[in-house]
Amino acid sequence: MDRVILHSDMNSFYANVECLYHPEFAGKPVAVGGSVESRHGIILAKNQEAKKYGVRTAEALWEARQKCPGLIIVPPRYSLYQRFSQKARHIYYQYSEQVEPFGLDESWIDITGSGNIVGHRTGEEIAHEIRQRVKEELGLTVSIGVSWNKIFAKFGSDYKKPDAVTVITRDNYKDIIYPQDVGDLLYVGYATRKKLRSAGIWTIGQLANTPLEFLHNRLGKMGEMLWLFAAGLDVSEVKRFNPAKKDNDLVIKSIGNSMTTPRDLVNIGDVRLVVYLLTESVGMRLREAGFLCQVVGISVRNKALASFTRQYKIGKPTDLTKEMAATAMQLFLENYDFNIDMAIRSLGVRAMALVPASTPIQVDLFTDEQQRIKQAKLEKSIDNLRRRFGNNAIRRAITLGDDKMSVLDIKSDNVIHPVGFFQQAEE
Amino acid sequence: MMIRKRYVDVDVHFDSSGNVRPKYIYWDEGKKYEVEHVYDVREAASTKAGGQGLRFTVRVLNKETYIYYENPAWFVEEKVY
Repeated sequence: MDRVILHSDMNSFYANVECLYHPEFAGKPVAVGGSVESRHGIILAKNQEAKKYGVRTAEALWEARQKCPGLIIVPPRYSLYQRFSQKARHIYYQYSEQVEPFGLDESWIDITGSGNIVGHRTGEEIAHEIRQRVKEELGLTVSIGVSWNKIFAKFGSDYKKPDAVTVITRDNYKDIIYPQDVGDLLYVGYATRKKLRSAGIWTIGQLANTPLEFLHNRLGKMGEMLWLFAAGLDVSEVKRFNPAKKDNDLVIKSIGNSMTTPRDLVNIGDVRLVVYLLTESVGMRLREAGFLCQVVGISVRNKALASFTRQYKIGKPTDLTKEMAATAMQLFLENYDFNIDMAIRSLGVRAMALVPASTPIQVDLFTDEQQRIKQAKLEKSIDNLRRRFGNNAIRRAITLGDDKMSVLDIKSDNVIHPVGFFQQAEE
Repeated sequence: MMIRKRYVDVDVHFDSSGNVRPKYIYWDEGKKYEVEHVYDVREAASTKAGGQGLRFTVRVLNKETYIYYENPAWFVEEKVY
């Protein structure tokens, strides 16, 4: 017997919460943007009206204003959004214990076993009831997808926006889902989409009709997983909601990048190049997420596939690529000797023990703080250039000589597998 | 006639289970009005006033009206002419 799974997605979440609190914004284009003062802010969310002007999430505020001169931009109030997110989840929790949040504005709800609450009502009827309740009780609209698995349920909630319910059944899924772009499937990001397209797979239907072995060869385990998704065969459970847990959202514990290098690394120069490439990406992501790290770790694997990890606690929390790379190199030099050990196949750099970037840092007598501030400004400028012109717009000189290495764009190709998805459901 | 969100001073009673009930609402010139009866309590948004909270449907001065508990403050939908 099929499961009945709902996926609820709050439309234009931050923007709609702000619009609720500002009745005077009714009918106007509104966006929630970060850091208006520094002029480097980006759009975090936009409402329906703003969408019509082409305002996009993650674009720069100046770009959005160009497209939409009358755009109202307000700063984010995360505690308020947290509150509404919790309230929505409490509504969902009245229909099932299996409520799995996915970020602040999305949740899966499994109502298969909720017979005593749901009665003889269909998933669609429950979805409409939830949609109505969120509108009345919270003043916000949601789009809900209903299907027999999480992937299609999420697809359903994306299908019609705002304020709608879409049911994906065994009778209609091939008509609704298969013609869609493969990038619309959950966990197919920019890099995976590129890989699939280069293999001639452009739609979800084409993905479902591709032989499993081919996908396994091209994309490994990921390929198999995506095929299961496309075929409606995902069986992952909707996890149980724990209302006592104040923050159900995953907290970033570390940020790292690792890679199996296109060619074996045979000397320190090779290693330095890769470490810098990796640390650049980690540094950029660290700065974007607004964190500093206190521990830097490396992971090394050689040709014989023997591997080890080492870490080091640095004196001052940092987000500077220069400092983290230097620490990573130090760790490597202390633990590896090319004269004795073999060539290296894979390296990783990880920033751990994260603290928010706003944490005050104790200054000491020995460090040249001016130099650090200069370095921070430099790295920030590099981040901005990369954000505007692509990650390869500006690169370390050391990468230019090497044909294989110079084409690597580590940050864009980074795939973060959400921990939650691969965890076993709790008994 | 427009609706404006107005935060008000309220005398409140908490029972031993943590349930909260408004008892008196303070208005202009410090005048105190008794909440004669509470008909309904539920989570609700006030799109007109621009807020959300626990909405009490109450009778004050023999008329039915809403008052919202937007933890930690209370607001009403004030009619402005």
